[in-house]
Amino acid sequence: MKKSYYQPEDLKNFGKINEWNEALGTKFFDYYNSVFEEGSLSAREKSLIALAVSHVIQCPYCIDSYTKDGLQRGIEKEEMMEAVHVGAAIKAGAALVHGVQMMNRHDQLSM
Amino acid sequence: MKIKSLKSRQDSLAQTEKQLEILSGGIFKDGSLPTFKEKVKASNLEAVRPIALEILQINVGYMCNQVCAHCHVDAGPDRKEIMTHETLEQILAVLQVNKIKTVDLTGGAPEMHPEFRWFVEEIRKTSVEEIIVRSNLTIILANKKYHDLPEFFAKHKVHVISSLPFYKRGKTDKQRGDGVFDASIKALQMLNKAGFGIPNGSLELDLVYNPSGAFLPGNQKALELDFKKALKEDFDIEFNQLFSITNLPISRFLDYLLASENYEEYMYSLVEAFNPMAVENVMCTNTISVSWEGFLFDCDFNQMLGLKVDASATHISEFNTDILSDRNIRLSQHCYGCTAGAGSSCQGSIA
Repeated sequence: MKKSYYQPEDLKNFGKINEWNEALGTKFFDYYNSVFEEGSLSAREKSLIALAVSHVIQCPYCIDSYTKDGLQRGIEKEEMMEAVHVGAAIKAGAALVHGVQMMNRHDQLSM
Repeated sequence: MKIKSLKSRQDSLAQTEKQLEILSGGIFKDGSLPTFKEKVKASNLEAVRPIALEILQINVGYMCNQVCAHCHVDAGPDRKEIMTHETLEQILAVLQVNKIKTVDLTGGAPEMHPEFRWFVEEIRKTSVEEIIVRSNLTIILANKKYHDLPEFFAKHKVHVISSLPFYKRGKTDKQRGDGVFDASIKALQMLNKAGFGIPNGSLELDLVYNPSGAFLPGNQKALELDFKKALKEDFDIEFNQLFSITNLPISRFLDYLLASENYEEYMYSLVEAFNPMAVENVMCTNTISVSWEGFLFDCDFNQMLGLKVDASATHISEFNTDILSDRNIRLSQHCYGCTAGAGSSCQGSIA
């Protein structure tokens, strides 16, 4: 067993998922590729959304992939960082908005 | 940071044997990745073979006013290699008796060759249909004697292909040197003024984009739209097409990949993006590259690796299309650069 749960080379081997269940793996990759095609949103916009989400879910493989994808698309580092802040702000907001629940519960229990 | 050529730094990579050793060793030797030849064979593709010769790409010398971080020629102001008059005459003799559609002039900065203008005028007297000059743009502003190049290009209907790594200052200057972006913008405006790059016009101005780092170029059409929009809005500049070119892992770009510890990952990316469709259209099938010394190569990259054509006649003075069309193209792992994704050539994507 490797000493770290995450191995950079695992990303290259993502396709191997299919070896143990080709039917489901193929469905996933078809779906994944369709999602990122040009649509009502441009592939460029989707790449930035993916980058933001990658940070929110803290997936190192995804951060690796979508930083590189952004560079290939000519997305600039300022745009990447703003996208990351959008994700971070939503995550912070999601934590903070629970404060209202805390306040409600506090007031309910207090005399 | 001011960069110097590998040669003047006496870097071991200035030796082509060293570069070829790296490209054949490591991950390709231990079987982690297939060699280019193995990959072509495993994809059930025909071997890469020459078709009819269309393009003669001529490297008139390695002198250049710029020192770009990614330069596969290792060109710069400290390089003195230059094509002699005798070799220029030998090329003209070849153009007079062979049907060659395009002459593609490159360097270094080809305009710095003292006989550049004479050579273009002489090529115009032959049956060659298209003369391409690969201009780095800043040369036009580098010295007063070059300021009228746009008019010279227009007079001789030269097809200008220019490098501009990005439509913003930061990435351009990082790759090509401080001040290059501003000078390039000014040069592009001068070329537009001379009639180049105007939609539906007859004078062609294309731009070349290559990634400023260890990643592959994105979709050529999407990048072209971004470049067109930004250059028009910010600088009122127009151009015809954008060619996106993959950086090949040789010379100064190889040096960068090794120093930044990106070499293996980059090679994996190239091999992973191998596109069989691109193999059929690689430029070495219809191009011959001529070095400043007059030797013949399958492409500019093989020229920089010192891999002369695999034929009995290897010099422009013994140019023979029959012999050349029967040659085997010399391949190594840098060839993956031309077959990755949408493929790459001096004319951009190929698949």
